[in-house]
Amino acid sequence: MSGTQPIELVPKLRARTAAAVADRRLGRSLAAATDTFVGRKAAAYGHLADVEAVGDEARGIRARILARLPELLEQLANNVMAAGGHVHWAGDAADANAYIVELAKARGVDAVVKSKSMVTEETALNDALEAAGCTVTETDLGEWIIQVAHETPSHIIVPAIHKDRRQVAETLSRVADGDLSDVPEELAAFARTRLRQRFLEAGMGISGVNFGVAETGSLVLVTNEGNGRLVTSVPPIHVAVMGMERVVATVADLDVLLALLPRAATGQAITTYVSMITGPRRPPEPDGPEELHLVLLDNGRSDILGTEFTEMLACIRCGACLNACPVYRQVGGHAYGWVYSGPMGAVLTPLLNHSDAAQEVAQASSLCGACWDACPVGIPLQDMLLGLRRRNAEASTTRVERMAWAAWAATWSRPGRYRASLRGASRGFRLMGSPAHAPGHVDRWSLGRTLPVPGKRSFRDLWKDGIL
Amino acid sequence: MDDRTEDDSSLAVALFPTCVVDGFRPEAGVAAVRVLRRLGCAVEVPDTTCCGQPAWNAGQVDAAAKVARTTLDALTASDAELVVVPAGSCATMMTVFWPELFDLAGDDDGAEAARALVPRVREFSVAVDGLTPEVALANEAGERVAYHRSCHMLRELRIVTEPERLLARAGVTPVPTGAEGRCCGFGGLFSVKLPEVSTAMADDVLDEVVAVGADEVVGCDASCLMHLEARSNERRLGLRFEHLAEVLERVATT
Repeated sequence: MSGTQPIELVPKLRARTAAAVADRRLGRSLAAATDTFVGRKAAAYGHLADVEAVGDEARGIRARILARLPELLEQLANNVMAAGGHVHWAGDAADANAYIVELAKARGVDAVVKSKSMVTEETALNDALEAAGCTVTETDLGEWIIQVAHETPSHIIVPAIHKDRRQVAETLSRVADGDLSDVPEELAAFARTRLRQRFLEAGMGISGVNFGVAETGSLVLVTNEGNGRLVTSVPPIHVAVMGMERVVATVADLDVLLALLPRAATGQAITTYVSMITGPRRPPEPDGPEELHLVLLDNGRSDILGTEFTEMLACIRCGACLNACPVYRQVGGHAYGWVYSGPMGAVLTPLLNHSDAAQEVAQASSLCGACWDACPVGIPLQDMLLGLRRRNAEASTTRVERMAWAAWAATWSRPGRYRASLRGASRGFRLMGSPAHAPGHVDRWSLGRTLPVPGKRSFRDLWKDGIL
Repeated sequence: MDDRTEDDSSLAVALFPTCVVDGFRPEAGVAAVRVLRRLGCAVEVPDTTCCGQPAWNAGQVDAAAKVARTTLDALTASDAELVVVPAGSCATMMTVFWPELFDLAGDDDGAEAARALVPRVREFSVAVDGLTPEVALANEAGERVAYHRSCHMLRELRIVTEPERLLARAGVTPVPTGAEGRCCGFGGLFSVKLPEVSTAMADDVLDEVVAVGADEVVGCDASCLMHLEARSNERRLGLRFEHLAEVLERVATT
């Protein structure tokens, strides 16, 4: 799939997660940040009159939208064009990138500024633009930090969540004249000064889209730093890249979803900026781009529509599931290996990426369901993960595993053999002591955990002997 | 084997011990039987094996259905009024996932039998709480215990108040920790597929238990307790781990 951000094939999931767990500094950063976001979300939700009712309403809205997605996308595209914008339907990442690169070439653009957009991470747009000779500057502070560090976002809302302030200072010092202090205000001031020049030089501004409103053709952006406004209004061309599931039917839909997105994402009742962009600049307006291009990206999404995973397209990319997830809390985003991480990433990665390495990511969950509880639109992420595991279990690559399960089922579907297997385990344990070199996965359990001691006699044996 | 005699008015209960209690924590099963008997139940133990959850979580529908069917048939054959399960996770498997499992496996009879069984299934704490609306269970014990809310019980079955109410009535007031509702990291095969993450998750819970000065962890899922205990022992934290049934049984007889 050329154009899509590649998934890390090597090392494998276990090695990636083990390395992340071993990084104590990462663990501290993640625990502190996710605890903060979870706390803020709870407080912000506390101010809603009826949390459950709003959640149900939002879930209903998303379901109704997905039920008529093609029609709403047509309506959105028509209204964007009616407002003077251009629309490009991109089948895949390469298609989206090619359109934007060609546009940049045609208009002689050599400098691009971007506001935070996960969908352009998905398409690896920066690489495509740079290969075509454009300089690309990320202007969201977190995105800029990781761009300077030559890394990728490790959280869909907080791209540099894996770095503490000392690491941020070290990173930004690389592009400063001297060493920067680790005082957040000073670091932000440095970024502001640096980035301001880039906005003025840029020939093209590229943004994502939080919601596209079909009935008005408006593109909605929620941001906190103001860079989104500059990206979409200062350069002469604004390109907005939108995953096709981000459409909403009406402004009334938006009203409900905008009440939840910032609350779930950052614990804010509303973000500092909420921009509704309807078409490019029109006379006599003094501000805004001369051209507006909306790139509607499919990239595997329509393959999800109508399957048991359809509800995943209801995701509004708030990141609440990442913050709530006990696995993400230990390993952060990079260990998932691709653009999206946490529970939503564990579901989306195998769905959008068809490699074997991507399928493995569905294992990165204990199925505790904290993500489901956290999700503002109630996506049963743990059920989706189970569905993906069922899909994997049917693949040819898992034949050996399937055979092992069949053997297990042959034993444990017969009460007599089941009892014998428990007795065998108990006896074996007592004969050999702690079997550190025992077969199977025992060695993996023994990393950091004592082996559970089987009962001397099983409960059932005690019962059968009438001891109870 | 059956507690009931002719013209018995006691409540007939079928206990599904679960494979983990059966093999690794028989004390919890023994305690569950004694507590239920003390509350006037006639307990029987049908010839069950496992609910099939390990295979289900691994996506192995056929293996899960085959094993689950054995347990389902044994429980269906019992005419006990309630099926009591001393594990939130297995109770979830049976009441939430069994119908779907048998549907996916193309076992229509199994799906029908599972749906018929669901209304009879009770997680242990819910069963006991329902049986003793007014009776104080025991005396003051004054232990400092942390109650571990296991994930399936909390989020799939939404069982929150019953276990803690029972503990309180047994004279045990659980100490709140900073890890309320956080997964212990077991997750069945997850614990060996990603052992480093799983162990770190256990630490995350255990550190909070130690931080509040608790010396015992009580829960309603022997599997979660087994995982936490394995990590605690490795770290020599000196914590004790008990199933709710064991606490109720022990405290009530002292």
